[in-house]
Amino acid sequence: MSNQAPLLEMKNIKKSFFGNQVLEDINLTLGEGEVLGLVGENGAGKSTLMKLLFGMTEIRDTGGYEGDVLINGEKVSFNSPFDALAAGIGMVHQEFSLIPGFTATENILLNREPQRKSVASEIFGDRLDTLDRKEMDRRAEDAIEKMGVHIEGDMVISDMPVGHKQFTEIARELSKEQLRLLILDEPTAVLTEREAQALLDSIRGMSKRGIAVIFITHRLQEILDVCDKIVVMRDGVLIKDVPAAETSIPEITRWMVGRNVSGAGNAHREPPETPTVMSIRRLWVDMPGETVRDVNLEVRQGEILGIGGLAGQGKLGIPNGIMGLYPAGGTVTLDGQEIPLNNPRKCLDCQLAFVSEHRRGVGLLMDESLEWNVAFPAMQVHDRFLKPLLGGLIKWRDEKAIREVTDRYIEELQIKCTSTKQKAKELSGGNQQKVCLAKAFALEPKFLFVSEPTRGIDVGAKALVMEALEKLNRESGITIVMISSELEELRQICDRIAIVSGGRIAGILPATEPSEAFGELMVSSVV
Amino acid sequence: MNENKPSASKRALNFLGNNAVPIMFIIIIAICIPIAGFSPTFLLNEIVTRLSRNAFLILSLLIPIMAGMGLNFGMTLGAMAAEIALILTSDWQIWGIPGIVLAMIMSIPISALLGLICGRILNAAKGREMITSYIISFFMNGVYQLVVLYMMGSIIPIVHTNIKLPRGYGVRASVDLTRIRKCLDNVWSINIAGVKVPLLTLLIIALMCLVIVWFRRTKLGQDMRAVGQDMDVARAAGIDVEGTRIISIVISTVLAGIGMVIYLQNMGDMATYSSHSQIGMFCIAALLVGGASVDRASIGNVFLGVILFHTMFILAPSAGAVIAGNEVIGEYFRVFVSYGVITVALVMYETKKRRAKAGMGAQLAAAQQEGDKR
Repeated sequence: MSNQAPLLEMKNIKKSFFGNQVLEDINLTLGEGEVLGLVGENGAGKSTLMKLLFGMTEIRDTGGYEGDVLINGEKVSFNSPFDALAAGIGMVHQEFSLIPGFTATENILLNREPQRKSVASEIFGDRLDTLDRKEMDRRAEDAIEKMGVHIEGDMVISDMPVGHKQFTEIARELSKEQLRLLILDEPTAVLTEREAQALLDSIRGMSKRGIAVIFITHRLQEILDVCDKIVVMRDGVLIKDVPAAETSIPEITRWMVGRNVSGAGNAHREPPETPTVMSIRRLWVDMPGETVRDVNLEVRQGEILGIGGLAGQGKLGIPNGIMGLYPAGGTVTLDGQEIPLNNPRKCLDCQLAFVSEHRRGVGLLMDESLEWNVAFPAMQVHDRFLKPLLGGLIKWRDEKAIREVTDRYIEELQIKCTSTKQKAKELSGGNQQKVCLAKAFALEPKFLFVSEPTRGIDVGAKALVMEALEKLNRESGITIVMISSELEELRQICDRIAIVSGGRIAGILPATEPSEAFGELMVSSVV
Repeated sequence: MNENKPSASKRALNFLGNNAVPIMFIIIIAICIPIAGFSPTFLLNEIVTRLSRNAFLILSLLIPIMAGMGLNFGMTLGAMAAEIALILTSDWQIWGIPGIVLAMIMSIPISALLGLICGRILNAAKGREMITSYIISFFMNGVYQLVVLYMMGSIIPIVHTNIKLPRGYGVRASVDLTRIRKCLDNVWSINIAGVKVPLLTLLIIALMCLVIVWFRRTKLGQDMRAVGQDMDVARAAGIDVEGTRIISIVISTVLAGIGMVIYLQNMGDMATYSSHSQIGMFCIAALLVGGASVDRASIGNVFLGVILFHTMFILAPSAGAVIAGNEVIGEYFRVFVSYGVITVALVMYETKKRRAKAGMGAQLAAAQQEGDKR
């Protein structure tokens, strides 16, 4: 009978984005009232899998998926989140989806408000019904009670502590009567210790009422505490599906980070024992989603320092804050000289350079030629590629020097283009990334920040980019700080790797340490 | 923690900062009243007249603000619709209350159509509603001139020569509305200590206020507030964001049309090609003087704004004549002030948004220091 069928079944799910396989052969079952913990590094495919289950339009817009999703044994195909909601699936996203000026009650019942007919609505239609405030309060109260964590129904969202916002979202899902499966995407990330504990209790409560929960988090202890079974994903593949009682944190960490190729890290050389070139003291950066709190870090002369960590923990905030792209505070000294924060120009004058993770926005002038892209910052900052005329009154562009330097980098980095005059937007992602590097190299910096240099580019281009960075460091002795979410990549070329967790440096280890050690640091103080 | 509670002086400062514009106006008016030397009866009479004349028009601005579309400069479209309706009823020689009611009814479909067009364009220009609606009003002014100057008399029949231009088509620069002048105001008015109070007009305005209060409690009103605060969240909850925004502009335009009929019946004279052009600007200035902002406006703001802004209008020429010996100076001053108020309000709105953003960084730094103490 269909009653015997599990609540949710996913069979042979496959999904690719533009030829890039992000989910491979995922099989999953979930019974009524069961709590499933879903863990994996960034990019492991957790979010994609959940979006697929929730019927998000971006899945359909990018070509749909293969395989079957079954609810109570019946095959379903959601065209939009509204279909998923109707089938009893609710999802609490990482970003809040709340109206800031509304009360908790108004948000819980957003667009599902109980209404009362009036004369006007009989004439002009349902939208002129008046809201039944008493009934709204009652239903919101019910949902809050179901959740088991108390929040004030009449409190306005913008006045709430962040944890209460999260609970408001959960209460909103619980207020839907048809709810049978709730997806929680990193709900504890913004909660305090006590609130997180309350949430775990609440999950247990839901489970008793027969509501199944898929719980995504980086806090592994929570998963062990509350889940019935644990699913570990890595690189789009389901690695493990085990009952929570039969595993432990070190084991899960190993499944999360362990790669098939067990690289021994960078064995080429010993980390140089050179003096400190950059010292970061008490740095805070207000970068949305990548907040940095109280970071202290010493970078040694001539090394390649890696900064790794899970998404949203603040690793991207460090270079963006130092280079003045986001509001920051604290002290940063380069060669004993203090660098003024919140002032990008001063940073560049100090011979710092930054290859941003945000290629299209910050990195390139998309409508300009390669020559311009490569030479523009150097021209602006160091007056290079300029010929003084009339005793320096007018500066003329030295087109020849510009072409020469561009040609040199095109060859060195093997940038695939038709000529130095080609527009940056016409290049592929990997080649654009190389132009970004060339641009930074042309500044001839003493110190280089490279943020996510291999994000979204193919394997071949990746190797070239890494090689170019390594060469720059070894041959010109330029100190490099490389930020990447791919641990293996960092372990390949870095001397030391600092792991950021919860906006702070969780620890710094030589690249030769095993992956598990880094994995443990990554989840150590996740917020 | 003590640091989190703002002190009394800080709160007072906040109050001053949030209400800078009305407070400034109160001070200017307090200075101007003795200089201008008007009798209280005259002043009150003028204020009541202008309140009944303008309040309805300004009320029409509230709904788009609720829907997050800012100050609706496109209310001019409603004013144009009202003018077309009044030209026609004048030509048909329908005067008095029936004329006014017919003009209101006829303005509604024209306003609704114009509002629909305006709303659709504004949906294509999200985040830039104010400048877009301002430019639309210029564009529609051209269409209005085409209709009134060339089509009326040629395509649309206009019979009476005191409305039609001597050349046979087009409408004269001024349309005489003497026979509907103050019809509405005079139906039921009482005299309190020398001040004439047009009760019916005020009653209509009061009724409109009640409708707005009621509207806020309807499902549609709730949806508009949600859309106004966060379109993406509203859309994710299944609210028809685009449709709701269009409805808000249509309602605003229709109300502006009705408001314009009330305005013109009080004036008793219509400048065919310029009555509507300033009306949007002055209504918006009045609302802002009443302490409203781009994203927040209440009925209280409307009345405070009308009273302050128009008291200033009454006082400025005489005060200017006394101070500078020239009435034109006062006239110049009031135009200058109304544009100035709009500019200041727009700048303050942006500044507040930026300050809220910068506050995040300060919080982080404070949290770090808090950590040190422990």
